[in-house]
Amino acid sequence: MALAENMLQIIEEEAAEQSFTQVSTVWMEVGRLSCVEKEALQFCFSAVTDGTIAQQAKLEIIDIEGWGRCMQCHCEMVLNTLYDACPSCGNYAIKVIAGDEMRIKELEVE
Amino acid sequence: MCTMCGCGTGHVHMNGKILHDHNHDSAIDAHVHVPGMNESRRVKIEQAILAKNDRYAQENRHFLAGHGIFMLNLVSSPGSGKTTLLVETIKVLQDTLPIAVIEGDQQTDHDAMRIRATGVPALQINTGKGCHLDAHMVGHAMEQLDLRDNSLLFVENVGNLVCPAGFDLGEAHKVVILSVTEGEDKPLKYPDMFHAADVMLLNKCDLLPYLSFDVEQVIEYAHRVNPALQVMNISATEGSGLQQWVDWIKSGHRRMTRQVVTAEKTTL
Ligand SMILES: Nc1nc2c(ncn2[C@@H]2O[C@H](COP(=O)(O)OP(=O)(O)OP(=O)(O)O)[C@@H](O)[C@H]2O)c(=O)[nH]1
Ligand SMILES: [Mg+2]
Ligand SMILES: [Zn+2]
Ligand SMILES: [Zn+2]
Repeated sequence: MALAENMLQIIEEEAAEQSFTQVSTVWMEVGRLSCVEKEALQFCFSAVTDGTIAQQAKLEIIDIEGWGRCMQCHCEMVLNTLYDACPSCGNYAIKVIAGDEMRIKELEVE
Repeated sequence: MCTMCGCGTGHVHMNGKILHDHNHDSAIDAHVHVPGMNESRRVKIEQAILAKNDRYAQENRHFLAGHGIFMLNLVSSPGSGKTTLLVETIKVLQDTLPIAVIEGDQQTDHDAMRIRATGVPALQINTGKGCHLDAHMVGHAMEQLDLRDNSLLFVENVGNLVCPAGFDLGEAHKVVILSVTEGEDKPLKYPDMFHAADVMLLNKCDLLPYLSFDVEQVIEYAHRVNPALQVMNISATEGSGLQQWVDWIKSGHRRMTRQVVTAEKTTL
């Protein structure tokens, strides 16, 4: 719920700055390694935006693949979970380099 | 009244008082149409959802560093023994260090009362429907607690292994508590939390003889998610392993206060 409330806050601040009064689409990047549950986010977003400038907004979630770099052999790989092992050396010490983001990219407004 | 923010979420209570009212100054009436403005356009914003929380967390961290206060954020699922551990830890440390506690629960001030019974000040935050503490609430709680320089500040987060992982409060370390009654695969089921923590306390080890819990396995899983995670086996009720935990706190606290001394010297 808190995430959706933060999103609304960002949108409302942007509305005040860029003077728009309706939001029709919100594009949001969500990494596969972030703790966001997409369905839950859709639900919370429509709940918190009810009665606001974003009440008609469609939430488009852009899925971002997880990527990691092995701390031992330095190879880069697609990560599906935070506990994947390195496919080339089997090590678990992997630094996340992409896929933990939660960010609003763009709005379609009027 | 809040001086830092134009903040959101519903009704948060601190020691029973509402933190602040929800006001939507920034909300613009959805039916007003500004002439010439109602054409559809795209606005690029590129804003991380948690950027605001992270800014508050940085402010908290800055304040804590300036006052040599060592803050630990205790996270776990409900009932793993956070409050019991805090009470026992306080008993050991309260004669050597000033201590304060911020308690986060959805409802009741039971945990804050348990802490106050030790003689240490505790502030209760009730998050209502909120499932975690955020850096903004904790910043206000820090103000109200009137913290002493070079003290130790514990935050007991709301019992939840999911959301608190994403919310930095400005702490020196997140400490995740897992009790042996919970199942070995918790680190894989809730990897974000074990990834975010620096220490894992495996609590209720006194119960191991009665369970088929596999200690090696849980540690192996935890290290898959976070190879640098430091693990300590403890029993908050029996006191086993508490010495190692207390020593770890003391050395972190020493490092924190030394930083302040060095900073003061360099400004002379
Ligand atoms: N056997 C045993 N029981 C423990 C231990 N630590 C805590 N408990 C018991 O576990 C129960 C829950 O402990 P709390 O300290 O209230 O747990 P908590 O994590 O603060 O709970 P919430 O704040 O509700 O999330 C209590 O009945 C404690 O007595 C332990 O080391 N061993
Ligand atoms: Mg508790
Ligand atoms: Zn490797
Ligand atoms: Zn505020």
